Amino acid sequence: MKTAVIVFPGSNCDRDAQVALRQATGKAPAMVWHKDGELPSDTDLVMVPGGFSYGDYLRCGAMAAYSPVIAQLKAHAERGGYVLGVCNGFQILCETGLLPGALMRNTGLNFVCRPQRLTIETTNSAFTRAYPSGGEVSFPIAHHDGNYVAEGTVLDQLEGNGRVAFRYIDNPNGSARNIAGIVSDNGRVLGMMPHPERAIGGHEGGADGLGLFDSLMAAA
Amino acid sequence: MIDTSAIIAAMQAEQDEASANEHGINAEEWDRLITRLRRNPNLVELGIYSVMWSEHCSYKSSRRHLSKFPTKNAHVIQGPGENAGVIDIGDGQAAIFKMESHNHPSYIEPYQGAATGVGGILRDVFTMGARPIALVNALRFGDPSHPKTRSLVAGVVAGIGGYGNCVGVPTVAGETEFHKGYNGNILVNAMAVGLADQDKIFYARGATPGNPIFYVGSKTGRDGIHGATMASAEFSEGDEDNRPTVQVGDPFTEKLLIEACLELMATDAIQAIQDMGAAGLTSSSVEMADKGGIGVEMDLDKVPQRETGMTAYEIMLSESQERMLMVLKPGKEALAKQIFDKYDLDAEVIGMTTDTGHMVLKQFGEVVCDIPVPPLAEDAPNYDRPWVEPTPRAPLDLSQFDEPDDYGEVLLKLMSCPDMASKRWIWEQYDRHVMGDTVDSSQSMGNAAIVRIHGTHKALAITSDCTPRYVAADPYEGGKQVVAEAYRNLSAVGARPIAITDNLNFGNPERPEVMGQIVKAIEGMAEACGTLDFPVVSGNVSLYNETDGVGIPPTPVVGGVGLIEDLDKVATLKGAQPGDALILIGETKGHLGASLYAREILGLDGEDAGPPPPVDLATEKRNADFVRELIERGLVNAVHDVSDGGVACAAAEMALASGRGLLLDLDSAFVIHKEHESIGYRAKNALFGEDQHRILLAVSPHKAEEILALANAAGVQISDVLGTGNITVERELSFFDVNSEIRIVNVPLSRLRKAHEGWLPTYMSKVD
Repeated sequence: MKTAVIVFPGSNCDRDAQVALRQATGKAPAMVWHKDGELPSDTDLVMVPGGFSYGDYLRCGAMAAYSPVIAQLKAHAERGGYVLGVCNGFQILCETGLLPGALMRNTGLNFVCRPQRLTIETTNSAFTRAYPSGGEVSFPIAHHDGNYVAEGTVLDQLEGNGRVAFRYIDNPNGSARNIAGIVSDNGRVLGMMPHPERAIGGHEGGADGLGLFDSLMAAA
Repeated sequence: MIDTSAIIAAMQAEQDEASANEHGINAEEWDRLITRLRRNPNLVELGIYSVMWSEHCSYKSSRRHLSKFPTKNAHVIQGPGENAGVIDIGDGQAAIFKMESHNHPSYIEPYQGAATGVGGILRDVFTMGARPIALVNALRFGDPSHPKTRSLVAGVVAGIGGYGNCVGVPTVAGETEFHKGYNGNILVNAMAVGLADQDKIFYARGATPGNPIFYVGSKTGRDGIHGATMASAEFSEGDEDNRPTVQVGDPFTEKLLIEACLELMATDAIQAIQDMGAAGLTSSSVEMADKGGIGVEMDLDKVPQRETGMTAYEIMLSESQERMLMVLKPGKEALAKQIFDKYDLDAEVIGMTTDTGHMVLKQFGEVVCDIPVPPLAEDAPNYDRPWVEPTPRAPLDLSQFDEPDDYGEVLLKLMSCPDMASKRWIWEQYDRHVMGDTVDSSQSMGNAAIVRIHGTHKALAITSDCTPRYVAADPYEGGKQVVAEAYRNLSAVGARPIAITDNLNFGNPERPEVMGQIVKAIEGMAEACGTLDFPVVSGNVSLYNETDGVGIPPTPVVGGVGLIEDLDKVATLKGAQPGDALILIGETKGHLGASLYAREILGLDGEDAGPPPPVDLATEKRNADFVRELIERGLVNAVHDVSDGGVACAAAEMALASGRGLLLDLDSAFVIHKEHESIGYRAKNALFGEDQHRILLAVSPHKAEEILALANAAGVQISDVLGTGNITVERELSFFDVNSEIRIVNVPLSRLRKAHEGWLPTYMSKVD
């Protein structure tokens, strides 16, 4: 599997993404600087990492949605390529319209960083196939704006079509229907606030994220 | 249109002693100034003298005493005097670290004050070529009941998180305490640790004449003018009006600056570099000139400016954040500009280094400053302030106090008092995991954070420590204890302690009793550093922490760094298993002087509380080194140092971290001087005494005999390894001793957790 990581000037989980993808694929991902706008042509998976894309002094990800590299990201998604947006990456995917809804300020108003238990809501996706159905995992979360909101009809559609990938156990941020991560219609674009790339073993984040990368490897 | 001739006239206007006085320069210093300069200064020059001679920049009250610190051992590459300290961690790599205060700004504007404190300390570290890998903070607030405390906590925590989280450096450890002595003057001390290759370390020294001076980062605005002077003055009510002197942080720009500087540092373009911190362009250019023994000439019109009509005075004294100054090697300007363009950062050549030894500044084509460099730095005032020996306290007389009715209630009260209560509400607001190398953080209530050295199986252990009530009770012994506890904490996770950074927070040094605290605390710390081979490699002094004539409790904070050679050989609080035997290393005498028990339960805070526990440094070293050896040999499951609240609180924290219960037999647990005349053995002494050099271990029973044998061989005092107690499946803490008043005390873990975790969130959610 060929992978790439988009690097915005304020991305700060780009190295974490790089390490996780290298560990999963055995190959270093292409690190694509936001100004360059070019994804390697044979990229299978693009990861949009966490961080503060352009400082995010405006709504998180709002400026990133107009970055030169986004056109390529959209084209990649339209071709049926895999996209994984984590944290700020999820916010950016919502701002670009690749995923529905938006991420608002946590209801507790504070930044929250903790190990977060999640349920696997669907194993019928390229990102979650390796997990047991109805399973429970713990990923670190670290965000200030992770409160997922969308119209009731959109939420109904997401649930009806099995597009809710992860749900929070003990909702940390007020997200509608405890939604922690959703996939696109074709199941190939995943946006999520929790950090699977910080749960790949060897440190405090645990190793529950390995299943997500294993799922991707099997899918490719 | 800007009236440039009016500005020049104002800048060049000759200043007198009265004007100097308004700049915080006293009569003695004025004499010194005009003697060195051989004329009166103009306004720009006076401004420059005033900031460079401020306490904050010149260390004029502490310099002669700081020289008592040991600053070298086999690992030290760079000690005090540069932007940060540098230690050898093997494999051609170095750890670079420093702690610095942002006390006054954080009191005036807590969010930005704390945020820019983090930004400043990060710059100190990456200026030297290190990628920052960890942040730590030591916070001290006023009494929780003080009307300002809650909003200060909220603002400072949000500011630290807002900056560190955005920059993408994990905040892995810290400490937070509350005391009425900080009501009008909180302490915000931030530490950064970075990682560099030893052949890519950059210094402020080394600049030679004839090279371009390169300004990078944010534009210069009017913010923070005279911040260094403010940080050197006492506060009085109404000082919130100083808000314009607090800088505003932009962590996004800092992130860009880190990446751009590290990218440039990978090339061979930089001769010397200094961040623009306190006193901004003034101190950064003076430091580089002074350390290089050269002069500088700068054209201030070339300085990127955020506002129009700025004067030379404002440009030189601005403390706008996220700026760096470097001296480039010849011909590297284009390369450097190209890299900073990539990150959309301003980057301009603003002058040249010279061989004149003078700082020459021009604005609108006119010379507005021409002064010799050495009097600003090396030759700055250096005072031997009068000081008085602190008065020793009489021993705490416990005879007038009854034994508590219920030891369980005492434990709950201690574990939920503001200083001991869980700080989860704080550290959950900090990203502790970004960079993917945090092996253990505040999350485990641990002795020290463990941060992996990226791409290796090694790690750094990091801790910050200070027990102000000990230092207040006896500055010398308290000073020793601060360093000893850092040594113990690092050892308790399996790290070899290497060096410390210090952040000395005290009151007004012009008061002889405060100066006495400073002198004796430094001497105590220095003795500990020497005996433990644990030198000071960087630091910061923050004086004049007073409000309306009342000084803060003396608070010399240290940040300790140790090396873990093999991540498979570490220990934390968390690993205790049911059936594990509990062992206590070290001797229990039951010292309750200046203890948390004395303050929280007996209500003694001050003279009456008695002296702090003495620290025997040889014992400290022997016990800590022994525990490290046990960890290296894989003989222990969980380790916790015994400090505030004694062994009862240490055991409680170990139980909370593992989610297990425990059973502790006080009688067989301790090497107790039951007949000690001045104390007399009572259960409260055993449970809550704060004797130093002690460490609690949970070990598999089948390893206990080996540990006993090793302890005997090492001459380490150790409790009865099979009778002390054990970790239980029942989620309950049980302390028993049929020979004392205690008999048996049971505290359910759930109740303990609720008390320990509940205090801070409940406090923060209250509405005034």
